[in-house]
Amino acid sequence: MGLVLLVVIWLITFISAYFFIAKTWWLPTGASAAAAGIDHHFATTYLVMGIVFVAAQVSLGFFAWKYRDRASAPPARYMHGNNMLEIVWTVLTAILFIGLNLMSSSIWASERFRAAAPGATQVEVTGMQFQWYFRYPGPDGKFGATKPELIDASAGGESAIGLDTTDPASKDDVVTGTMVVPVNREVELILRAQDVIHSFFIPNMRFKQDAVPGLAIHMHFTPITIGEWEVTCAELCGLGHYKMHGMLRVVSQEEFDKWLAAREAEKQ
Amino acid sequence: MAGGTGGGKTIMATREFAAHEAHAHAAPQGFIRKWVFSLDHKVIGLQYYFLALTAVFVGMFLSLLMRIHLIWPNVHLPILGDIKPETYLTLLTMHGTIMVFFVLTTAPQGGFGNYFLPIQIGAADMAFPVLNMLSFWVTFLAFIAMLSAFFVAGGAPLHGWTGYPPLSALQSAGPGEGAGADLWVISIALFCLGALMSALNFITTTLDMRVKGMSMMRMPLTCWAWFITAILGLLAFGVLFSAGILLLLDRNAGTSFFVPLVVVNGQLAAHKGGSPLLWQHLFWFFGHPEVYIAILPAMGLCSQLVSVFSRKPIFGYKAMVYAMLSIGLLGFMVWGHHMFMSGMSPYTAFAFSIMTMAIGVPSAIKTFNWLGTMWGGRIRLASPMLFAIGFVSLFVSGGISGPFLAQPTLDIPLHDTAFVTGHFHLIMGVASIFGIFGATYYWFPKMFGRMMNESLARWHFWLTFVGTYCIFMPMHYAGMAGQPRRYSQFTELHYLEKLIPLNTFITFAAFVTIASQFFFIFNLFWSMKYGKKASDNPWEATTLEWTTATPPPHDNFGGHTPEVFHGPYEYSVPGAPRDYVMQTDPTTVAAH
Amino acid sequence: MASYTPTVSVDAPRTSTGGNGHLPPRRYDGDDFGPPSFDVRLRRARLGLVVGLTGIVMIFISFSSAYVVRQGLPTLDPRTNALLHDWFPVPLPRLLLVNTVVLLISSVTMELARRQAARRTLAQFSSVSGVTVCAKEEISWLALTVVLGLSFLTGQWMAWRELAAGGFYVGSSPSSSFVYLLTGMHGVHLFGGVVALLAAGVASVLGRRADSQSIAVDVTGWYWHFMAALWIYILCLLEFVH
Repeated sequence: MGLVLLVVIWLITFISAYFFIAKTWWLPTGASAAAAGIDHHFATTYLVMGIVFVAAQVSLGFFAWKYRDRASAPPARYMHGNNMLEIVWTVLTAILFIGLNLMSSSIWASERFRAAAPGATQVEVTGMQFQWYFRYPGPDGKFGATKPELIDASAGGESAIGLDTTDPASKDDVVTGTMVVPVNREVELILRAQDVIHSFFIPNMRFKQDAVPGLAIHMHFTPITIGEWEVTCAELCGLGHYKMHGMLRVVSQEEFDKWLAAREAEKQ
Repeated sequence: MAGGTGGGKTIMATREFAAHEAHAHAAPQGFIRKWVFSLDHKVIGLQYYFLALTAVFVGMFLSLLMRIHLIWPNVHLPILGDIKPETYLTLLTMHGTIMVFFVLTTAPQGGFGNYFLPIQIGAADMAFPVLNMLSFWVTFLAFIAMLSAFFVAGGAPLHGWTGYPPLSALQSAGPGEGAGADLWVISIALFCLGALMSALNFITTTLDMRVKGMSMMRMPLTCWAWFITAILGLLAFGVLFSAGILLLLDRNAGTSFFVPLVVVNGQLAAHKGGSPLLWQHLFWFFGHPEVYIAILPAMGLCSQLVSVFSRKPIFGYKAMVYAMLSIGLLGFMVWGHHMFMSGMSPYTAFAFSIMTMAIGVPSAIKTFNWLGTMWGGRIRLASPMLFAIGFVSLFVSGGISGPFLAQPTLDIPLHDTAFVTGHFHLIMGVASIFGIFGATYYWFPKMFGRMMNESLARWHFWLTFVGTYCIFMPMHYAGMAGQPRRYSQFTELHYLEKLIPLNTFITFAAFVTIASQFFFIFNLFWSMKYGKKASDNPWEATTLEWTTATPPPHDNFGGHTPEVFHGPYEYSVPGAPRDYVMQTDPTTVAAH
Repeated sequence: MASYTPTVSVDAPRTSTGGNGHLPPRRYDGDDFGPPSFDVRLRRARLGLVVGLTGIVMIFISFSSAYVVRQGLPTLDPRTNALLHDWFPVPLPRLLLVNTVVLLISSVTMELARRQAARRTLAQFSSVSGVTVCAKEEISWLALTVVLGLSFLTGQWMAWRELAAGGFYVGSSPSSSFVYLLTGMHGVHLFGGVVALLAAGVASVLGRRADSQSIAVDVTGWYWHFMAALWIYILCLLEFVH
């Protein structure tokens, strides 16, 4: 029985570890400037915690076998512990855990402590049951007013977010169901929610932030790879949560300008 | 506190004025007083246990339906029909709520704690037996309220066990968010009251009713765990209760504690100015200590089992006590780690993350100490020990994923993905459950006078141990790949399509694991009647429950008061006649 | 901590006492497993009260923190995308001050009731044949406390009616919500105290044992004082914390 325990625990440990090391199912391709740093820290954490995981499980299995009760076993050692050992492993663990966290603090700071750079592409993201809408401020650089009374989700686009068309700043606002941004330029998002909490999650950009009704949350990321990236909702928002998805298209600056100009033209 | 009231006079204790309360009463007669409204902590403990057992089968059934739907979204089930997306979310909400409250907060503490805390400290009953009885029935009422949510118009709520407003605060935000959600909140509020009453009893009993010689530092670690868990409950459940009252008012009285100006289903809701984040702060201030409430009794039990079955004193008793105290204290300072992505200030998030990494330290110490106890022991691999070893393995696995989530940078891709689901299921959904299983196999002889069948126990252990790893380890991979939580199907996003085989594997593992619980249930009930008769101390353990008859008499010790001379883990003492020295053994002299 | 010495005799194996060897003081129930004595039961009941009050304190701390947070919370006005503060304190009815005085007086009568009950129990311990303590008629301070408590609650209800007449309902504004919430929760808890006193009073009229009643009255007495202090706190919170 002790041997079976050892074998099973070791097998579980090595099989689990294998799939982590082989990256059979892994983080999706990183396509933002922050991804490399985050992924690197992932790897560091994996290495460290992986060693701890394997060491603890291997010891557990080993001890269950080695110290099993049998006729030839010596009596158990009568001891109540070892204070020095306690102190040593407590301090080491504390250094390890807190150290890991401090190592990642610079990434968190750059992602969250500083505001978006001036000149970033501004996009207002509005989440509602069960759709994302994106609004661009247009040439005037200002977002027009929205009014809750004007919201009409069935009409889509500007009505869905309740755009107040009487506001002059709204004239050049473009509202779309797909987010398009230029590559290699910081994107500033202003996240809003109309009804319940949603969460704007772009796995490839390593971007996630809750969109909370009553708040307008500013956040930023910098896409560095051209392509189409899926956007999902990561906070339970009702029965359509599983199908509340969108698309992020990262394109060259020229293509973005052309696209935006085309959308502005449609509004005339 | 010498008894003086009025004038500071010391009241001379006189036998003739002793109470008719507490334990002067003889064993009750009649079915109602004996089994229904019993004041006996042992009967109340069994009532809690069987409530939890019922709840766990309900919860497991709900999760079975969930796993079926994820792989076969369009299957038409007999009797139940189709599982629509909103039904899936209802299953998910009720599964989580029932499991967290009515299983994990009920069986280890209300069940085994009620039964064995008084006995392990040498008392005849809990401090307040009537309150104890009330706390069970309030909890039972809460369970009825929770189940009735399924049967009202609109059905049970779909807002998740975490109940974030505005989704949980607006009747129109989804199906089930009407009367079902009100019943859900009421049930939780009742549960809070039951838990607070129970905590009162546990704390008072532990502080005031230990028998002669039972200092705090001679208590078994199970007693420490129940005590600290009760303190956590005392401080945390009041906060959940308050949050529940505020939510109920938002839902029904037109207040706006949590709801800002929103438009739902095309209608402007009659609320403004509230903060959804306020709920999250209140809920998680409770919610994080809650998960320690769910795991601490299992940790105490694991210490007990590892020591008994390794025939060796626990390695670092004091460190174990301090570790549990630190976990309890720090547990109140980390709640923000559930809210890194919520819109909370990133500076606050950073502070919470440091505290969260810190709380990993006492958990690690406990793991080292369990390993240290096994090292150099003579391990008897009886079924309780198998579950204790399984607990350590699962606790390590579930704990290792913690430091990932605790770092806000890594939480960005991982928050609200299956990685989190895997993490908390390994710890709460399996390790803590292994604590309940281990406690059952261990204390069954004392409670029912018979042994459980070892072969069935082994089948149960192996199938459950391997099965739960097969269910929950893959969720970590899925989460890293970006699979969000609480999705009723994976058919809408391209990048999730390649995870469907992994999810299929999980579903089949769940079938096998759920089916394996048959071994446990059958064993439990069959052994009550037909199990091999148990001696008073079949495991050769040293704590007080093993000094008394099996099952214990009404006043636990048959009319005499025990006296304690040793710590609870005196195994393999050199020179002693047997490899264990009972706590009550006066013949062996203490070292100092 | 025991050390393993090969020369230890079989007769006296050494164990660890656990911890540092300090044994607990003689606080247990006596030598046999009989019912615990009065002083033990009183101590235990008071300990239970302290623990229970801790739980209640957490409820009110949560409400207080919600209050403070909500006050300071700006709301996003979707029309202008600007953050506004929408906290306008409710003018509290003067009646609340009258109720406060009633409650404070009831605290005094409660304390008198608590001591009265203790004296009655002591009388049973120290009775001398032919002489009994407390022969003369006494005011039942307990009954007076119940009356004052119910008066307070009635006064609170009237204060609510006054607020409603002024247009302030539960859902009218955030500050009015909190006024109703905090006063309501306090009222519920005080009502629990009234019920406990009534139960003790009825039991003593029915001739039940004085010692159990005096424990109940003692514990309820401390609870009552706590409720009075809590009320002062709530009043100050509502009036002064903006």
